[in-house]
Amino acid sequence: MSTQEWSTGPYEYRTQEGRMTILGFWIFLGAEVVLFSTLFATYAVLFGRTADAPLPGDLFEPGITLAMTFLLLTSSFTCGLAIHNMRAGSLKGLITWLIITLALGLGFLGFEIYEFVHYAHEGATLQSSAFWSAFFVLAGTHGVHVTLGIGWAVLLLIQLVQRGLNPVTSRKVFVVSLYWHFLDVIWIFIFTSVYLIGMVV
Amino acid sequence: MKLDEFFVTGEPLIYGGMVSIVLVTSAAIFLLTYLKRWGWLWQEWLTTVDHKKIGIMYILSALAMLFRGGVDALMMRIQLTFPNMNFLGAQHYDEIFTTHGTVMIIFMAMPFLIGLMNIVVPLQIGARDFAFPFLNALSFWSFFFGAMLFNVSFVIGGSPDAGWTSYTPLAGAALSPGPGQNFYLLGLQLAGIGTLATGINLMVTILKMRAPGMKLFQMPIFTWSTLVTTFIIIFAFPILTVALALMTIDRIFGAQFFTLTGEGMPMMWANLFWMWGHPEVYIVILPAFGIFSEIIATFARKQLFGYKAMVWSMILIAGLSFLVWVHHFFTMGAGALVNSVFSVSTMLIAVPTGVKIFNWLATLYKSRIQITTAMLWALAFIPSFVMGGVTGVMLGMAAADYQFHNSYFLIAHFHYVLIAGTVFACFAGLVYWYPKMFGHKMNERIGKHSFWWFLIGFHVCFFPQHFVGLDGMPRRIFTIIPEWMPLNVISTVGAFGMGVGFVIFVYNIYYSWKNSPRETNGDAWDGRTLEWATPTPVPFYNFATVPKVSGLDAFLSMKKKGETTFDETKLEAIHMPSNTGRPFIMMGILFFASFALVFEWIGLAAVGLIGTLIMMGIRSFDYDEGYYVEVDEIKKIERTVRGL
Repeated sequence: MSTQEWSTGPYEYRTQEGRMTILGFWIFLGAEVVLFSTLFATYAVLFGRTADAPLPGDLFEPGITLAMTFLLLTSSFTCGLAIHNMRAGSLKGLITWLIITLALGLGFLGFEIYEFVHYAHEGATLQSSAFWSAFFVLAGTHGVHVTLGIGWAVLLLIQLVQRGLNPVTSRKVFVVSLYWHFLDVIWIFIFTSVYLIGMVV
Repeated sequence: MKLDEFFVTGEPLIYGGMVSIVLVTSAAIFLLTYLKRWGWLWQEWLTTVDHKKIGIMYILSALAMLFRGGVDALMMRIQLTFPNMNFLGAQHYDEIFTTHGTVMIIFMAMPFLIGLMNIVVPLQIGARDFAFPFLNALSFWSFFFGAMLFNVSFVIGGSPDAGWTSYTPLAGAALSPGPGQNFYLLGLQLAGIGTLATGINLMVTILKMRAPGMKLFQMPIFTWSTLVTTFIIIFAFPILTVALALMTIDRIFGAQFFTLTGEGMPMMWANLFWMWGHPEVYIVILPAFGIFSEIIATFARKQLFGYKAMVWSMILIAGLSFLVWVHHFFTMGAGALVNSVFSVSTMLIAVPTGVKIFNWLATLYKSRIQITTAMLWALAFIPSFVMGGVTGVMLGMAAADYQFHNSYFLIAHFHYVLIAGTVFACFAGLVYWYPKMFGHKMNERIGKHSFWWFLIGFHVCFFPQHFVGLDGMPRRIFTIIPEWMPLNVISTVGAFGMGVGFVIFVYNIYYSWKNSPRETNGDAWDGRTLEWATPTPVPFYNFATVPKVSGLDAFLSMKKKGETTFDETKLEAIHMPSNTGRPFIMMGILFFASFALVFEWIGLAAVGLIGTLIMMGIRSFDYDEGYYVEVDEIKKIERTVRGL
């Protein structure tokens, strides 16, 4: 382990450990891209294989998915504001914007759970057909990621309150922000290639 | 669930297995208690974050797995030699070829190579540990518990029996009910977490922690092979993660991905599996190339010929490895155009591989070769591997593949590449780096005996399989027709020859521990790269002072200049990570969760999963920043190990 430290620049990049963790996390996100690509490919292959279950076009609604998209995209923006405040040295600003981000994330999750329950009532479940299996696993994996991200960020909020801003806490917050933006990117693909295409078929 | 459904009953061989598991476990518990070694086991091994110790644990586990996979292999050979004796029934034979393949690839070849990478890579680049030592321990325990989960299946619940490729619909819930296939899915999933984490860990280590001055194109070739391998791991393993997860969801939660109902698509499994599976075979062969390159350069006493070509050919192989997966199922009927494209991309791989073969030959050309045991393995690798390569190109021709597909010709081909490539490399690498790991060499005379038994046994075993395959013998059958008998008997004789070679190899570990002279300096083979610059045994911090590197073969130029890794004027306190038992506990809990999921005890599995999440939360609040080794202590340690 090395101890090369910088005395200027953003907190999270000042220690060798911080720089390595951030690089490692970027590489992990690369692996996550492959994971989601595989799920998207699976979904594409199984598209249209609905068997006796309802068609996606009968169930997908523009209103609810637009609301979800709006919530998640806004949360990405507020997450950026949180990091901006962190860089400016404002612990209070960081915590405030982070809490707003998580609230938006929770709103997204609420809609998603409502949506899944609604589809199940209409007869489209994980078990109904290959298409719906692929849909629920793809959207569900994203949802589980969002849930884990919220839990993770809550732990970091507690640490921020306990310890304030230092190279370790800022590194942790920065990494969770990378994760959050990544989930947003994935959602954009889900919104377009799953919901928008699904609505017209 | 009744007890006789939980334990496997009715097979004498498996009863024998149970008895030996109980005996070995009680013997281990007795010895640890009698010698009062429990504390030692916990403090020195189970909680360690030292890359060298973790590497040793990887290699020990891999050797145990090689034994298990080898016993499976010998049982198959006995069955095929005496097909009418009912040594193994059809069901038991299916289980054994499944576990043989899975154990050898996932739990033997990969951990063996990752173990060597663990020990050697930080030493070769002048680093004091991995980038993330905690994560490294986590990776090891995830592999270890994954392997345990998979291996326990043969006494509890029943082994998987759908082949290591587990093609659907056969492996689906409808045709393979029961826990067997779940063991495969969750054992691999658990171990896969660790493999991905190791990939990321090693990549960051190599990119960020090289000694000052060491450029990428000045890294030792084994480190390069590791870097390229981590790239493949990071981009291939998530595909396996998804494939396994989808099949698990199919089997346990009733989804329809690979089923025959609900418009599922069974052949999608073959695609997903091989999109990971083909890169996987390069994950186990590229490090082998790296090991042989190191050994050949050391014992030919020359700089590796065509270093840059070697590196670029590995990068090219890594890229191509993602573009050939369809050649595993040409007969699926994807159409002439698709098959042709994958046929051509498959044959293209022969080009960079050929470049490597000629570079090794050119390194050997006009050199003074020292015939050590490690070098013998490397020299035997070249022609044996080329034979596997030639049959590989034959199999790559889609039209001809319709003839070879699923025959013993294929079996011969991949054993020629995987044994002559990967297994030889594991043995060679272990012999070569053994003095660095344990402070003494392995006995050369016994080592050569083991080499010749294994090499000759290998060719006697697998060479005839080409012909019995062309004669029409398909793989994965438990009985044969009389025409195939003679060649099968020869094969079995060879297999036992390899078994003898392995036993001699293991005996050599014991013999050398008792009798080999201890190393007095760290440079056992007059080496060229930085791992040989450290003293033996290697202090836990590896390098007292990290050398400045200005070219290839860094240690060679250090020796010329009379430099060492102990420069008293430049000593500084060294920061090291603390030991921790959390990786062991966390993965133990995840093992519990996976075991529960295998039997579809959803409640218990959820409890285990929550336990794992709690452990992750605890880790998040852990601000242990390690400790410093003071200059005086470094001086004391270095003077002792260097005999100053």
